[in-house]
Amino acid sequence: MRTLTARFRHHYGRSPLHLLTLVASFALVGYVIATLGPKQLWNPHVWWQSIAVWFVAAIILHDLVLFPFYALADRSLGAGWQAVMGRVPDRMPRVPPVNYIRIPVMASGLLFLMFFPGIIEQGQGAYLRATGLTQAPFLGRWLLITAVLFGSSALAYGIRLLLVHRRPGAEELSSEGDDGVEHA
Amino acid sequence: MAGSVTPPPEDGPERGDAGGSAPDADGTPEKTTGFAAGPSGYATTENPVGAPAHPVDLARGADDGGTITAEERAHGSDPAEPQVSTAPAGSPATGHETAGVGEHLADDDFAFPAGLWRKVAAHRPPGLPTQQVWRSPLRGPWLTSVLGFLLLISLPLVIITGLLDWIAYGPQFHQAIPSNVGYLHLPYFQWPSRPAWLFQLTEGLHVGLGLVLVPVVLAKLWSVMPKLFAWPPASSVASLLERVSLIMVVGGIVFEMATGILNIQYDYIFGFNFYTAHYFGAWVFIVGFVVHVSLKLPTMVRSLRSRSLRAELRTPLADTRPEPPDPDGLVAPNPSTPTLSRRGALAVVGGGSLMIAVLTVGQSLGGVARNAALLLPRGRSYGDGPNDFQINRTAKAAAIVPEQTGASWQLALSGGTRSVLLSRASLLSMEQHAAELPIACVEGWATTQQWSGVRLADLARLAGVPAPRKAHVQSLEQGGGFAEAWLESNQVLAPDALLALKVNGADLSLDHGFPARVIVPALPGVHCTKWVRSIEFVA
Repeated sequence: MRTLTARFRHHYGRSPLHLLTLVASFALVGYVIATLGPKQLWNPHVWWQSIAVWFVAAIILHDLVLFPFYALADRSLGAGWQAVMGRVPDRMPRVPPVNYIRIPVMASGLLFLMFFPGIIEQGQGAYLRATGLTQAPFLGRWLLITAVLFGSSALAYGIRLLLVHRRPGAEELSSEGDDGVEHA
Repeated sequence: MAGSVTPPPEDGPERGDAGGSAPDADGTPEKTTGFAAGPSGYATTENPVGAPAHPVDLARGADDGGTITAEERAHGSDPAEPQVSTAPAGSPATGHETAGVGEHLADDDFAFPAGLWRKVAAHRPPGLPTQQVWRSPLRGPWLTSVLGFLLLISLPLVIITGLLDWIAYGPQFHQAIPSNVGYLHLPYFQWPSRPAWLFQLTEGLHVGLGLVLVPVVLAKLWSVMPKLFAWPPASSVASLLERVSLIMVVGGIVFEMATGILNIQYDYIFGFNFYTAHYFGAWVFIVGFVVHVSLKLPTMVRSLRSRSLRAELRTPLADTRPEPPDPDGLVAPNPSTPTLSRRGALAVVGGGSLMIAVLTVGQSLGGVARNAALLLPRGRSYGDGPNDFQINRTAKAAAIVPEQTGASWQLALSGGTRSVLLSRASLLSMEQHAAELPIACVEGWATTQQWSGVRLADLARLAGVPAPRKAHVQSLEQGGGFAEAWLESNQVLAPDALLALKVNGADLSLDHGFPARVIVPALPGVHCTKWVRSIEFVA
């Protein structure tokens, strides 16, 4: 004979504790919104400057905006590389370059994602009022960091290639070894 | 992996078989997922559009760990997925790889109302990516749990320091923003005036750690991507509710990070009040975070135990294999060749965090380190002079004109039996006290300078209120959020609490608050009022 809990689980899908936890959390979020005042969520004059709109945008920002973008870029990198080099296997470098491209792109992209307001000088009025300065240097600084990132990746890749070529009987294409990544 | 073929581990809509009706990797037709034996009747569903294939063996996982939702069970519902037989260890052996699914097909696969969930499951939206599009060989419960564990130990620090900063603003004087937060705050306490670097530490940690965790959060979101597109989205009320609760944790963290990152850079494009949105958004996240952790902790612990971290850190790319298929459907059924080892992926995330840390820490520490904060709003140099340090709000922005601060300027003290008016010369003739104090801003930067001036305690005595309960400081600035501030008794009476007249041996510059400004240890920078006009001491 089924216990009450088992029957509950059968209908609800999980234990009663699960339901209690979730209901409590929804009630708590309700309290948060009630304390804030639901009116605060919506800006009747400029709809996209609403807390509610930004919260919804935050839910999908990574999954439906950033992810498709970077996933496509990464697949294009792989596919492009193959399209260019796949037909001439003889000239294929012994060390796959993918991570030597990918990592500086990710680093530079992350910096832009986080610090774009300064780089594109968005909010220059407020920045000037707060600091007495302009945002002019940030674009140059970001480009410089990007140059250093790609430059050091190129250097690391060059050294790797050199090492592989010097090593007699070095690993062939099929077994490029483990350290391609960690050196990047 | 051949050097010539370096398929990226990343996912993307590569395959066109979104309908999910393609044979699996072994060429096995989909119907061999074999839930025909299931007792629930749903077994006969040989649905060409990918009706839930094997939610049931996965449901076993829920029984084992008690943490896997029905929604998650239903994950691997792509009939083309080859690993249908991946019942968690301990599940009854079926001896039949594909039929294993059906063996467990108890009533539990869909909870009440089962008909509805089944119907939903049968109507997979066209174009919704199937399990097959996920190709990363690194995704899996272990990797997700490592990232989750990192966030579990670090995010509470960001949360606590954020809530502490609200207290530091002085909610007892209604000058913490937002002011009306109901019960949504830490217990009130008097914000200490020592150590002097207390606020520098809490806000530096809050902003700095928040920035450093951005790569970890992004990696965590990446790692659970397949769940977003799982179909059916729910197979019980429980899984539906749990899915809804994820809105709080995912929306919460991204909202907090986005608004915080914009705010520290003075980019107010969001238009709403930052403090209000960030504070209440934080509480939505806190609720979601606590719920998520309590529901997922057993899964995390189990997943972390499934592999040895030490072994992973020794595993090179050549030996990197996907994690075994998991009940949550994180592991790709048809993974591409790894181009990155698992330790490499962790190194990339850690490297990203390290890079942000190096770029960020300087704006909190100041000194030489500030030069490293290349992209941060406060990684700027003003020069080498005594007044060449970070300005918060220029005199021009505060509409302070030279006439107000000239020889006619007088400081008004009140609160006692008599009012006192003091010129700058008479202030300078009083006993001067010097202190090296940081001035720290809630935006996550700080600067430590040598200040000198008259002790606030001396001014209180002069005003006839030697032991004030509080003090009200007003600026020459008209309007504006920080043209006045209330100070607690401990903040007035702290030995290093000053009405500063000089900094680094020189008169304050107009931008730094000439003719006089308040500087109190551990007080948020915006409450260290500049261009002081009057101080009222309340007994």
